[in-house]
Amino acid sequence: MKVIKEVLYNFGRYAVFMLRVFAKPEKASPYYLQILRELRKMGVNSIGIVVIISLFIGAVITLQTSYNLNNALIPRYVIGLGTRDSMLLEFSSTMIALILAGKVGSNIASELGTMRISEQIDALEIMGINSAGYLVLPKLIAALIFFPLLTIMSMIMGIIGGWLVSITTDLITPATYIMGLRTYFVPYFIVYSLVKMLVFAFIISTVSSYWGFYVKGGAVGVGRASTKAVVYSSVLILLFNLIITQLMLT
Amino acid sequence: MVEVRHVYKKFGDKQVLNDVNAIFERGKINLIIGQSGSGKTVLLKSIVGLHEVDRGEILYDGRIFSGEKTKYKKQIRKEIGMVFQGGALFDSLTVLENVMFPLDMFTDWDYRRRRERAIESLHSVNLYNVENLYPSEISGGMAKRVAIARAIVSNPRYLFFDEPNSGLDPVSSRLIDDLIVRLTKEYNTVTIVNTHDISSVFKIGDNIVFIYNGTSWWSGTRQDLMNVQNKELRHFLDKSLITM
Repeated sequence: MKVIKEVLYNFGRYAVFMLRVFAKPEKASPYYLQILRELRKMGVNSIGIVVIISLFIGAVITLQTSYNLNNALIPRYVIGLGTRDSMLLEFSSTMIALILAGKVGSNIASELGTMRISEQIDALEIMGINSAGYLVLPKLIAALIFFPLLTIMSMIMGIIGGWLVSITTDLITPATYIMGLRTYFVPYFIVYSLVKMLVFAFIISTVSSYWGFYVKGGAVGVGRASTKAVVYSSVLILLFNLIITQLMLT
Repeated sequence: MVEVRHVYKKFGDKQVLNDVNAIFERGKINLIIGQSGSGKTVLLKSIVGLHEVDRGEILYDGRIFSGEKTKYKKQIRKEIGMVFQGGALFDSLTVLENVMFPLDMFTDWDYRRRRERAIESLHSVNLYNVENLYPSEISGGMAKRVAIARAIVSNPRYLFFDEPNSGLDPVSSRLIDDLIVRLTKEYNTVTIVNTHDISSVFKIGDNIVFIYNGTSWWSGTRQDLMNVQNKELRHFLDKSLITM
């Protein structure tokens, strides 16, 4: 009963919080500047981790598929096809979103939490500024712009990772790998993946902001908010992954 | 003038403010004093609208502020400058950007004019050549002065200070007191200072409100305070003077 009450309370407060986030800005230009800052902080600074993880995961998928594909009736190009579809359908959106929930989500929650306990959010309110809008809307817009780009980058890097395996091992030839990439290619999978990432970007930026914005207590409260931001974002990402897949692929 | 009329505020089961009444006059330094936990910070935050009061009224020059809609409150808030206990400077912005911030948000001035005004504000709190430093690169006393510069940059009609001397050495503390006096006269503001620094009370306080157990227990001038017979206030003053 207590859990249900808490979930309903947080859901209601989140809804009110989102209304404040979408309220009309006092003035547009400071918001543009904030969006640019957030693009750098949340997006550009995440390129490195996305590139590294995608490259290695693409390589590992190719290796694992080739080791498990011992049946002579199954053509070897399926390895390339498998790597491509694994990256397109699941890894570059859902897995990258889970990684971003950890990296960006905890960062957002701890940043806003620290602003709360050091009275910076109160200072904004006193000035007559809609603090939720000023602090969160630029983060949301930056995430909606940049996270899909990270998805595309991840797709490309994952496929390159698989290709590197094909040129450095004798498990599959580069030509067969590329043939696999070209076989049964469904462009709709990219659309599906990008739609998912847009939803995940919304979840990561707003859920993490929500927990950071309403921090109570000192450093312990900030730490707790940071953990909650990652946990709630991750669970919601998995839930919406299921819902969107059901809606778009079946 | 800022008026507080029969204000009540409760957090959970705890009655923090209990029928508080006070009048804070323009051009004077109005002090809210009291022991830690007496409710003075809650009172200050209720006056500026960071806490919504349960009952009672807060008026800014006759304009009711408490219980009003956010849009209406925003108009009054543009006339308020507040200095928080820790300064509450934005970490990601430089000193200059911090001071310019209210102007960036609410004026159509070009960059040059905003910059000039911000530097003028910094100079008026005796800060020079610190524009490009970040809050983490300046001392606590300087951070307080930057916060004051930010509070006065848009010519406020009401100035609030929450524990302006806390965490400062005596020299910086006196400097802040002098600034509060000078800025109050210069900008003719209603200045409300929440403090438990007793030397500041005797040095700068024009009107003093003593909060005890969430109620406005005593109010009067600095001269009244010297000869006060009120038992609780006397006890607070004696204890404060001993720890000075």
